[in-house]
Amino acid sequence: MALLKITSPHAHTAQSTASVMRLVLLATIPGLIALTLFFGWGSLINILLAGSVAVFCEAAVMHLRKRPVMFYLGDNSALVTAVLLGLALPPLAPWWVVVIGTSFAILIAKHLYGGLGYNPFNPAMVGYVVLLISFPVQMTAWPAPLPLYAEGVSPPEFLASLQIVFGLPGVETVDAFTAATPLDTLRQNSGLLIAQLYEQDPLFSLARWAGAGWEWVNLGFLLGGCFLLYRRVFTWHGPVAMLASLSLCAALFYDGGSSASHGSPLMHLLSGGTMLGAFFILTDPVSSATSNRGRLIFGALIGVLIFIIRSWGSYPDAVAFAVLLMNFAAPLIDNYTLPRTYGHKKSRRATEKKE
Amino acid sequence: MADETSYRDITRNGLWTNNAALVQLLGLCPLLAVTGSVVNALGLGLATMLVLTGSNIVVSMIRHRVSEAVKIPAFVMIIATFTTCTELLMQAFTYELYVILGIFIPLIVTNCAILGRAEAFASKNPVGASALDGLMMGAGFGLVLLAIGAIREILGSGTLFANMHLLFGPVAENWALQLFGNGYGFLVIILPPGAFLVAGMLIALKNVIDGRIERRRMMRQLPVTKGAKRVRTTGAIS
Repeated sequence: MALLKITSPHAHTAQSTASVMRLVLLATIPGLIALTLFFGWGSLINILLAGSVAVFCEAAVMHLRKRPVMFYLGDNSALVTAVLLGLALPPLAPWWVVVIGTSFAILIAKHLYGGLGYNPFNPAMVGYVVLLISFPVQMTAWPAPLPLYAEGVSPPEFLASLQIVFGLPGVETVDAFTAATPLDTLRQNSGLLIAQLYEQDPLFSLARWAGAGWEWVNLGFLLGGCFLLYRRVFTWHGPVAMLASLSLCAALFYDGGSSASHGSPLMHLLSGGTMLGAFFILTDPVSSATSNRGRLIFGALIGVLIFIIRSWGSYPDAVAFAVLLMNFAAPLIDNYTLPRTYGHKKSRRATEKKE
Repeated sequence: MADETSYRDITRNGLWTNNAALVQLLGLCPLLAVTGSVVNALGLGLATMLVLTGSNIVVSMIRHRVSEAVKIPAFVMIIATFTTCTELLMQAFTYELYVILGIFIPLIVTNCAILGRAEAFASKNPVGASALDGLMMGAGFGLVLLAIGAIREILGSGTLFANMHLLFGPVAENWALQLFGNGYGFLVIILPPGAFLVAGMLIALKNVIDGRIERRRMMRQLPVTKGAKRVRTTGAIS
């Protein structure tokens, strides 16, 4: 059951799926800490809820398919899907949003296609997109980051957060805590120069680089991603290509910081789901391209799509859509980027007939 | 050949074994596009059934007179005629539904299920059998449309039989059932992906039922020989 089996050159051990998934879970911790520090307990609750739903769904499907339940639960892949979805969802999302998204991801996006290793699309992103399309109100209600709270007002405590998530009476609804995200703010800005916007909007003026709270969340995921790179869970090609092409697009359309600008490269790199997408989503070994050259193309096109959808689309963020669109294209990319085998002159296409 | 096909077989073919929507996968365009609610599905289902039956009858009547060369154009003309009739009828009696279904009523002409039946069945069989075939194929298609419409309406907007007065007049004014409370809405089921999902689930369900029936038939047929012995008792039998 190893997805990343390392063959001949004398690897000590092959990484099993379970250990890879454990590393990925571990690497999400810095981002999760940043999310919890700046946006409250919501993400943690999301993850716990999504995790239990995912494990339940996975076990139920394995039972229905008459497979050994504990063996398949042991590969942790359902948990990774749940954690990634939980991180991507807005903190303090209602419980049923999390439950619907997770069960959709596990049951339909993963197991209807044949389970781990057969899903053409990233299950967590399918769950996210289904939710975003179906429940736009709940999915765009992001709590305000910590620096934006007025003096003396504090974000909801853990129990209050639970009450909000489960819709229990007695506390304010999530609406009391929401604020626009940097990407929203930028999209709705029509009159201010970027420099003015950064001065006037507390979301930017209280931040160091690119949006209060958001920059640290993204740096957290960047840190986790670097850890995974260091442990060789995936190669650098996909993430670097995506970040480079996104920066390039942002630089091209920065427009000198005019009021029609689509935001600086730094702001695009450190807001929304950029880093989560770059290091945790598009590196999914199942649904991304397989060769190194393929991953470069795959990642670069995701970066372009993210910028296009963010700038001219009508949704708050674009990572999920971009990744899903490129998941469609991954088999085609694989077909044209078959690596040259050692000792052969020219690489062939995967579908080419053998002589 | 024609007389051998019994009416029972034709009926079963149309409704189940050779169902236009679930087995032949024909006419998917309207199937996916208008099945957001029961009333839309029923409206289009009835319209399709009407056209299918009418075209089958006429095609069967002229089947000896039309040469191979102009067969297809002739069929298309006949289908288009019936579609126009249906369109005018709907415009006259259920105008609001006609507006909602919009382009998908004229598009019945291009529904391959209809041309397919004209070509495969009506052009080779007598009028009676063709009429029944058209009716049953249309009914099978309509029932699937109705099932998808009902499931999508329940899951997607939490209602059932909403706006039925568009089809049945003022009698149906308060047929609508509100199932999950007022604020409910699951947009993805109403949008095209929901149609694909529900249609896929229905096809899977049909295959499961067919598999069960087949297995039961096999079990009954399996001859049990007297004194049969189990030969191998060791080793893993998977």
